[in-house]
Amino acid sequence: MEAPIKQPLLRLRDLSTDIALRRGTVHALDQVNLEVNQGETLGIVGESGSGKTMTVLSIMGLLPAGGSVVGGEILFDGRDLRGMAAPELRRVRGVEMGMVFQDPLTSLNPTMRIGAQVAEPLRVHQGVSKAEARERAVEILRRVGMPRPDKIVDDYPHQLSGGMRQRVVIAMALIRSPRLLIADEPTTALDVTTQRQILELIDDLREEFRMAVILVTHDLGVIAGRADRVAVMYAGRVVETATTAELFRAPRHRYTEALMRALPESAHDGDGRLYSIPGLPPDLSRPLTGCRFAPRCRFATDECRTTDVALTGDGHAFACLHPVTEPVTIAAAAGHDRAVPAAAEPILTVRDLVKEYDAGGAGLRRSAGRVSAVAGVSFEVRPGETLGIVGESGCGKSTVGRLVAGLETPTAGRIVVDGTDIAGLDRRARHRMHRQVQLMFQDSYAAMNPRMRIDSILTEPLEIQQVGDAAARRARVSELLDQVGLPRRALERYPHEFSGGQLQRIGLARSLALRPRLIVADEPVSALDVSVQAQVLNLMRDLQGELGLSYVFISHDLSVVDYMADRIGVMYLGKMVEIGPAHQVVRAPRHPYTKALLDAVPSPDPGRTPSPDTTIQGELPSALNPPTGCRFRTRCPLAQDVCATEPPLSGAAHQVACHFPLRQEAGAAATA
Amino acid sequence: MTAREEEEAPVRGMWRQGLEVFCENRLALVGVGLFVLLAAFSFLGPLFYQTDQVHTDLTRVFLAPGTDGHPLGTDGVGYDQLGRLMLGGQTSIVVGLAAGLLATVVGTVWGAIAGFAGSWVDAVMMRVVDAMMSIPALFLFMLMASIVTPTVPMLIVIIGAFAWLGPARLVRGEALTLRTREYVMAMRGMGGTGGRAVRRHIIPNAIGTVIVNATFQVADAILYVAYLSFLGLGVPPPAANWGGMLSDGLADTFSGHWWLLYPPGIAIILIVLAFNFIGDGLRDVFEVRLRRR
Repeated sequence: MEAPIKQPLLRLRDLSTDIALRRGTVHALDQVNLEVNQGETLGIVGESGSGKTMTVLSIMGLLPAGGSVVGGEILFDGRDLRGMAAPELRRVRGVEMGMVFQDPLTSLNPTMRIGAQVAEPLRVHQGVSKAEARERAVEILRRVGMPRPDKIVDDYPHQLSGGMRQRVVIAMALIRSPRLLIADEPTTALDVTTQRQILELIDDLREEFRMAVILVTHDLGVIAGRADRVAVMYAGRVVETATTAELFRAPRHRYTEALMRALPESAHDGDGRLYSIPGLPPDLSRPLTGCRFAPRCRFATDECRTTDVALTGDGHAFACLHPVTEPVTIAAAAGHDRAVPAAAEPILTVRDLVKEYDAGGAGLRRSAGRVSAVAGVSFEVRPGETLGIVGESGCGKSTVGRLVAGLETPTAGRIVVDGTDIAGLDRRARHRMHRQVQLMFQDSYAAMNPRMRIDSILTEPLEIQQVGDAAARRARVSELLDQVGLPRRALERYPHEFSGGQLQRIGLARSLALRPRLIVADEPVSALDVSVQAQVLNLMRDLQGELGLSYVFISHDLSVVDYMADRIGVMYLGKMVEIGPAHQVVRAPRHPYTKALLDAVPSPDPGRTPSPDTTIQGELPSALNPPTGCRFRTRCPLAQDVCATEPPLSGAAHQVACHFPLRQEAGAAATA
Repeated sequence: MTAREEEEAPVRGMWRQGLEVFCENRLALVGVGLFVLLAAFSFLGPLFYQTDQVHTDLTRVFLAPGTDGHPLGTDGVGYDQLGRLMLGGQTSIVVGLAAGLLATVVGTVWGAIAGFAGSWVDAVMMRVVDAMMSIPALFLFMLMASIVTPTVPMLIVIIGAFAWLGPARLVRGEALTLRTREYVMAMRGMGGTGGRAVRRHIIPNAIGTVIVNATFQVADAILYVAYLSFLGLGVPPPAANWGGMLSDGLADTFSGHWWLLYPPGIAIILIVLAFNFIGDGLRDVFEVRLRRR
């Protein structure tokens, strides 16, 4: 939070951008006004399609084919970029601005060495010599916290992890000492612990270089922790801007309020439902009148639908005729225990599950070794219960899901579904087992045959399991659509005609078709926007109550798992390190890894600052040669010699696999 | 929510959408038009323009176009050139279509089996394809044509026997990626078998590639007929085909008998272009569908 400087470094005045498509024109931005000062971080937040990325692409002149700025001014240091001559424009964009993209893998050239790539801007814009460029590259890589930069300059991108690649991209943006750094979803493709490292890095560098930073993200949590000011975008317009503290304390626009209420963190006690925004964002290729949020807003009046609402207010500006006056809280709700029938036999019991893959070798070539994806995982799920499994990428959580769903066979260990061990089943019994356990995918579009209509997609499980005759199947499919709240006419359509949230509903309907007792949901909401995510999560919980389902809910997102799960298991590198009742695991973690993971989650509460001592340093070890004993010991701040022996999973209800648990189990008779 | 209020886009079938995309490609429409014209010319033409294409008439050789009821003149043995072009077109189109389809079907089945089975089955089947591909096509044609007497069915088999290698490779690659798709995994999660995966998921999704490729195969097969006839390995007279006519015409290039050279040459170019345009249009249909979401 810097003192305001007389002139903003970058100022967008009534910026409008169109994208010409095969059919019609999309008005991606409509009169966007923004300001960024020297040394300040501006957060731009919005859902997909809100125009946040188009805004920064317009500034950088990187609009997709057919896209063009059709109105307004882009004032950089007082000069309009739109009126600038091409060579000067290239210099301003190339030298004074730097950009960090979302996916660090695709923004690096796989055939160029890291050093050459980082120094490329210098060679292009300043024509420095090769040797000097290399020197500068090593220096800047050191600045972005790269271990052994003098070695890494000679590596290729594929030799680095995702977090390291993002550091390289940042180094590339910084090497010209830009005055403005634009980061477009810089951490969306990364794990939370890595995300925290990268965000801290950007923060430090901003102070060091006195840069202005534009941080574009869909994640309110990321914004809350890092930005000085926030602009909320919806349907190609800025609907609210304010300082971060002000915005989170007292949002005024109804859309901002709805976004915050839809966060899993703001689930209220009682029925525990999330607030979800009804409907879909408007189609920007059509002419729109009035407030663009009006069709989805609870408070909209006729006036909202007809008059164009301008952004008004000084400092805290918003475009709303019926602004929020009551306070909005996103304080984390105290544990919300739901009544789960405790006595019942578990529907799923997993004992010492092991899955190893051959690495590399195929055919006649010798295998390079064994990748230990899942190493001795045990848990159980009772009827009507949700077990959440969290962990970072590569921890084996999805493999556990696929093993439970019978898509892969375990190397060792037992999976008992409803009293029968699925390893010992013959073909027919295994075929029938699939009625009990069904899978729900992250990307339902990929999980549906694009050439099948929705009715064929929903009928397929019934056909495979030969349930009922044609008429009965049709009836069942209609019933399923009602359950997930989609109209009957959806049946005649193809998957590509639906939005992400609708597809996820169809995916859920398909998993329900066989009336399974357990659904393994692998990151079911990770690809969705917050408001749509809330719809799907509510639906999943409603159906659970209605049908007595059990879920194994796999996700990297702790806040979502905390909201959904009765019990949570935390996985690290193929091991279950902690498992227990959800609120205990989240609010009183016993394993150092769980604690670090929790602290790394960006909280949509600007007042909460993460404690600096829990940052995990370093990289996830390779599963090809995992550390002996406790697998976390290589990165654990508490590790001692004894950690080289494997700690057993111990405890009653809240179990932990650690020699030095952070705390004793809360209460002897913990309710599960 | 929600879905009830969503915009009322008309429900359009896949065929309908596909047709729209196809029609947006002007060249594809030109291709269809060309094909229809040439087919009508070859098969319906003789009904309206009857000529004797069996008996030679050495008194009326090399007549120039326009003379005496011969709009395109006559050739070296007195056949009416226009009528002969129609007759030749029948052979070329029939052989082209049949050989192209044969190659596509054989190649698709071979490639699909190899791609699904994977491991050693795949290795063996694809090595067979590689081995055959390493033999030059022309050499193979000449060898076979000199062993057997070329008839129309024989030509189809000979061309088909070589041309299936391309589609086999293509479909095998397609099958390899399709079998790892999430919807195939989802189907296995419901307890479905490999056979169902092939029937319901793999073939319908590979069919786009196959159909597009088939049109190019047909164009290629028509060219192969022309090559073979050009080398004197085509169907024996009095049967005719465009390639053979071109080859005969070439012998008379320096006698100034241009009407024996250009018409069959232009016909071959047009029909090959027609199929290539159609193939391009179909490719649009199948690609756009996947992109639009």
